[in-house]
Amino acid sequence: MNKKRKYIKWILYGMLIIYGLFTLFPFLWAVSASFKTYKEITGGGLNLIPKQPTIQAFNKLFMIDPNFLRWVINSFFICTIGTFINVFFNSMAGYALARLNFKGKHFVYYGVLISIMVPGQVLLIPNYLIVKSLGLLNSYNAIIIPAAVNATYIVMMRQFYINFPKDIEEAAAIDGLGRLGTFLRISMPLARPAIATQAVFIFLGFWNEFLKPKLYLSDPSKYTLTVGIQSMMSRYSGITQWDEVMAASLISLLPILVIYTVLNKYFMQGIRMDGEK
Amino acid sequence: MASKRKKYEAAQGIGFLSPAMIVIGIFVMSSIVFALYISFHKVNLFTGYYEFIGLDNYKRIFTDTKTRIAFINILSFVAVVVPVQTILALVMAAVLNANIKGKVGFRTIYFLPTLTSSAALTMIFMFLFSLNGPVNQIALDMNILRESINFLNNPRFALKVIMSMNIWSTVPFFMTVYLAGLQEVPKSIYEASDVDGANSFQKFMHITIPQLKPITTFVLLMGIIGTFQMFDQAYIFSNGSGGPENSTLTVALLIYRNAFGQNNTMGFATAMSIVLSIVVFVVSFIAQKLNKSESLY
Repeated sequence: MNKKRKYIKWILYGMLIIYGLFTLFPFLWAVSASFKTYKEITGGGLNLIPKQPTIQAFNKLFMIDPNFLRWVINSFFICTIGTFINVFFNSMAGYALARLNFKGKHFVYYGVLISIMVPGQVLLIPNYLIVKSLGLLNSYNAIIIPAAVNATYIVMMRQFYINFPKDIEEAAAIDGLGRLGTFLRISMPLARPAIATQAVFIFLGFWNEFLKPKLYLSDPSKYTLTVGIQSMMSRYSGITQWDEVMAASLISLLPILVIYTVLNKYFMQGIRMDGEK
Repeated sequence: MASKRKKYEAAQGIGFLSPAMIVIGIFVMSSIVFALYISFHKVNLFTGYYEFIGLDNYKRIFTDTKTRIAFINILSFVAVVVPVQTILALVMAAVLNANIKGKVGFRTIYFLPTLTSSAALTMIFMFLFSLNGPVNQIALDMNILRESINFLNNPRFALKVIMSMNIWSTVPFFMTVYLAGLQEVPKSIYEASDVDGANSFQKFMHITIPQLKPITTFVLLMGIIGTFQMFDQAYIFSNGSGGPENSTLTVALLIYRNAFGQNNTMGFATAMSIVLSIVVFVVSFIAQKLNKSESLY
């Protein structure tokens, strides 16, 4: 029995390791290519470790490419502002739906639920026309404003505040804090775990978004990193500089990796929350 | 006094909700109505003229050759990707849930593709499958291939490359969803089956899978919704063209091309987006029903 158990365990470990290699394989090649010379990449050969390791690709991106640094900054700008606005608006709406009583509250809540279910494809064209008529084309606002609220996280924040004891807020109110003061000074800080969870996913969503920046931003210096990387494809008369493209792809992964390692706990919470719906 | 307080609370509620309501009201609710309106019109983007044409846009969906190709492409994509990613995610979650050391480490590695943007992922896969790329090199070295295949420009392979990338990148997310579900399965059921002498495979088939049925429904729905709307990967892979030979033309990509191309086909594109939503809804509904009815025996 014991021997059989061990045997099974080895099979399981084997599967895990094989799947791990399978996951890492593309990334290892991307890292490898970004440190190779362009000649070595196109020359073929199966050496994962570059023959003459070089940081030329990174150099070209940051020193020579006129736009690359801009794209990184643009992405950071949109993500930070977008996440900040989202956290506030979602939390306020969730809080109101959980804690405040007024006519039409349930109607609003169902509206929020419905808006989760509407497929993005249907909204794409009307949203474009609305953004255009508001004169927001080719601006960061075109990406931030329509995505300033995320219905999923309104529902999550509502759930959080429903389950959260009222006492502390009431104590603050008795001490003379108004509704907004209570919300900003007491309720928001107490919701830190829920806020961290939504912030992580909203940031990731903005950072990785491709379609909207592609559609709304026409000026290459305004591109986000995702659109920028795509525009690097075959930009030199049909030839793709794989060393640069791979280096750029890895750079786009770095901030997310940092956030993921620091806030891993909240990542898993977010997914669990999704899984329970 | 009481009613004054009530009014005050209502005003606060509306105040707290108004930013969210304005955004959802404009960009979701009124957009749905606007979408329906557009779908019955021929839109001239440059003059801003809307001409009512009734159901013509919808009729055109059934006669347009490109639309047929796009729907066939996306249906085959869904039919391959959704089952494979669901089964793989379930199996890997069960393996990872066994009493194993280094769980966190494995999970962290597996999660990498989920974190990476579709733009970067597609670039990496295009590099892997490029003419002088590692996949061709390995296949040549191992004598699987005689000469390099141009995966990216060969209509037989292009969509399959995207399929494999999509499966590879979505499995970890669904695996994590399954892992969370596995925590909820009562240990006592497994212990009882131990007494009955069930082996690991039997336990997986007769306890794990049925117990996880609600999670499987969720994973299937998420998978169906996600794959049907596949856009980024197809767009980046073909640089927006849907090529080679329309082999990566998905419905979402075709909607994009019709809406923002030069042909004044925005109404047609909107109609297509509404039909796509209905298809997604129907397929999701069927998948949900199928997964439930299975539990009867």
